Parts: sequence; C-alpha cells; structure tokens
Amino acid sequence: MNSFLHTLTDNGPLFWEGFKTTVELFLIAAVGSLVLGTLLAGARVSPVPILRAVGTAYVQTVRNTPLTLLFAFLVFAVPKLDIPIDYFPSACIALIAYTSAFVCEVVRSGINTVASGQAEAARALGMTFGQVLGQIVLPQAFRSIVPPLMSVMIAMLKNTTIAAGFSVLEAGAIPAYMAERGENQFATLIWITIGFLVLIAPLVVLQHRMERKWAVTR
Amino acid sequence: MRVNRLALVATVATLGFGLAACGKSGTPTATPGNGASSGAATGDQCSSSGVTLTPATNAAITGSPTFDKIKTAGKVTIGVKADQPNLGYKDASGQRCGFDVEIAQLIAAKLGVAKDKIEYKEIPSANRETAIKGGEIDYYVGTYSITDKRKNDVSFAGPYFIAGQDLLVRKDDNSITGKDSLKGKKVCSATGSTPLQRVRDLKLTEDSNISEFKTYSECVSQLLDKRVDAVTTDDAILKGYAAQNPSKLKVVGQPFSTEKYGIGLPHDDKALRDYVNNALEAAEKDGTWQKIYDGTLGKSGSSATAPQLERY
Repeated sequence: MNSFLHTLTDNGPLFWEGFKTTVELFLIAAVGSLVLGTLLAGARVSPVPILRAVGTAYVQTVRNTPLTLLFAFLVFAVPKLDIPIDYFPSACIALIAYTSAFVCEVVRSGINTVASGQAEAARALGMTFGQVLGQIVLPQAFRSIVPPLMSVMIAMLKNTTIAAGFSVLEAGAIPAYMAERGENQFATLIWITIGFLVLIAPLVVLQHRMERKWAVTR
Repeated sequence: MRVNRLALVATVATLGFGLAACGKSGTPTATPGNGASSGAATGDQCSSSGVTLTPATNAAITGSPTFDKIKTAGKVTIGVKADQPNLGYKDASGQRCGFDVEIAQLIAAKLGVAKDKIEYKEIPSANRETAIKGGEIDYYVGTYSITDKRKNDVSFAGPYFIAGQDLLVRKDDNSITGKDSLKGKKVCSATGSTPLQRVRDLKLTEDSNISEFKTYSECVSQLLDKRVDAVTTDDAILKGYAAQNPSKLKVVGQPFSTEKYGIGLPHDDKALRDYVNNALEAAEKDGTWQKIYDGTLGKSGSSATAPQLERY
C-alpha cells in the first residue's frame, strides 16, 4: 500500500502536468464541440437543402472515421501541404471535429422530441428560423438530451488520451514516463483510472443537477 | 528464403493499414511502421551480417526455470523491437534483422534452440518489465538500458553494447553541432523516454520546443517534414535511420550520455544470467560479436568494440 501511494507522490509533478493538460484539452474540446455540434444540428434541420447536405455529409464522414486517423491526418499529412499547426491545437481540432459529429446527432434527436406544433406556432407568430430554433426548439430539446450529451462528453474526456501519441503530454502519456522511470505499471494505471474517475465525478453531478432542474412532466 | 504466404499477406495488410494510419501515401512494400522512408528504397530489405550460428547440442543449465521452460516447449520466445533499422527490424517480407536481433539469435543458438524455433514478440518499451516478469517472453534484446531501478524487476546480462545519446538532423542543417546548440530548436523523441527527460533536465531547449511521439519513426517523419529540427535518442538507433536515408539525414556524432544495453532476463534466474554472460563473453572473444556488429550497425561507417561485461 505504501509503495502504491509512493507511485503517485514520487511523481506528483508528472501526474499534475498530465491531468492539467487533459483538463485543458477537455474544456476546449467540450466548448468547441458543443458549439459546432449544435450548429451542425441546426444545419441538418434547416430549410436550406445545401446546409442539410453539408451537415449530413460531415456527420457521416467524421462519425465513421477513427479518431486516431483524424489525429494522424492533422499531425502527419497536413504538414506535407506546408500548413503548420502546432501539436496542441491539432489535438483540439481533432477532438472538436470528431466529437461535434456525435453532439450533432444527439442534439438533432433532441430537436425531434419537440412537438412540431411548437415550431409551427412560433413560425405563425412570425419568428425567423433562427429564432424558432434558438428560443423555442433548442431550449426544449436540451432538457431531454442531458444524459446522452453527458455520455458523449465523458467519452470525449477519455478520448483525449489519444493525444498522447501525437506529442501532447496529457494523462495518456503518463504510463510511458512511468515505465521509463521504472515505476510499477499496475499502480500507475490504477492511479490514472482514479484520476479519470475524479474528473468524471463533477460531470455526473452536473448531469443530475441539470436533469432535476429541467425535469418536465409530459 | 522461405516465404510463408499467409504471413506475407498479413504483413502486407498490416502495413497497408499502418501506412494509412500514418496518413502517408506509399506502396505496401515500404518500411514497416516507418512512413518516413516511403520512397526511399534503401534499408527496406533485411540482410543479415552473414554470421552463421549453429545451435549448441549440449546446452544445459542447472537451476534455471527459464531454461527448463525453453527445453520443455522446444522453442524460445524473445522480446525484440521491429521498427529500428539495422538494430531491431522486421522488413516487408517478415524477415528480422539488425544487431539486437542477431545478438538474440546468438543467445538462442547457445541455448541450443534452432533458428526456426525462435518466436519473436514485439514488446513496447513500456511493457518490457511486465512481459519478462509475467513470463510472456524468455528474454528481451532491444536497446534495453541497464539501470538500477530496472534491476528491481528484471535482471541483465551484458552489457553487450555501449550507446550514447546523440542527435539526428537534416543533412543540410549545420546549425546543430551538439547538445549545446539546441537552444530554440525543436527536438523530438519517444514519449517519456530517458533521452527526452535528459533534454528537459539539462534545459537543452525550451519545454515548448519538445515534441514526443510513440515511435522514433514518427519523429523522423516530423524531422523530414521540418516540423522538428532534431531527433534525439541513442546513437545506435539514429545511425540506423541515417543509413536508411543518407541523402537527407545525418547523425551529429557528439554523444552526451552512456547507455549500457543489456539482455533483459527474469529477475531471479541467476543461472541463466551467468550462462548468457558466458555466451556473450565467448562471442566477444571469438570475433562473432565483431562480425555481427560490422554486418549491421557497422554499415553506418562508425566502428565499435565489444564492451566489458558487468557480472553481478
């Protein structure tokens, strides 16, 4: 037990740096993918055929591409075109691009739960598409998609570990460091698991709060 | 050359995927796991140093559980690397070659195991101790530095080679002449590796200029794409890459560390350790070691002599 604790305390700065970067990646990617995903969902339900086609094409392409491939594309292929993107921004772009496809589908399913009479009534009042979506449909949609949206966010938090393979020192890179320092791999992985549980706990609490706050009787 | 057709198909398929995953274009015959050399034909094909090894007929070690296991199974399982040209390498046809691989074969022969009874396992650096401790492999030969900390988990025969940290740069780059000229330069190495840690500790360059990838091949790819200015690790590994792409890459040649490569063995198997040490000593005395070196790493143009064993 003592050596188990020492695995963490002897390498405090490494764990701190790693998880700090993980949290940074997560926060940037969460905000980015929620925004982009919602915009995509808006595009997919919009009355403009081109927007719908673009939204659908994006989701079908990106959602079916392995995340590692997206990372590799940005880090190894894009530089060949003489477009230099640093490694951390590359990781953010990959995560946002990937996760927003999932967010889009979750939001779209939420939109589909809102009775069509709502949108029709809003349109009858003379509201524009943007107003209908932003003020009437999305607020109602979001309350029903809290659980799946949080699942997507939790999955994304864990997906950040892929960035370790593409020159971003985050939690996923810790095992490699620990192995080189000759530390116990078992204890290392247990600590990383604990780290992720600690990071995910607030998300779970947030989900419960939002569900309670926005609960509606149907 | 025997070609197992199924293995060939599998290798080509894996390769194709590996290359695709690297976002590289390339023919399936390009270097395995090394997108950096796509297009460069040199170094793809494995060639051995030409040393012929005859399995010992009278091999016997008393009190070695590992040896008993090898005898019972009739084969030996060796942990190696497969992505280090001229060191621990597997070519497109599935053949293995390189200095480390031939040292591994040498030990197998001394243990009385024929070449076709060797099973290779590619073990990532981070999993070496676990693989040896768990009995997944019988021994490990692959740029495995002897350190006191590792001796808590495994034991080492050797050293069979002394390497040192050096720098691989683009051939036309004359601004990097050694470790003290790295300030402001982008440096790449394997994630969490000792060479990378040394660059950080000695503050050879700014932290923001350090990039890290899972494999050195990926670093070399970044070097060729001018996203980093130097790749740093043991000179043995770097020379392999330089030899593979001599028109574009060069090794600076100012080592600033000492790495003693040992053969990783199960922690408590002293009988086996002594036996392997004896085997290495014999190979160093009768010139086999030198022949293996000259036929593999020696092709880079730099000479080396066998190091003094450190028995314990």
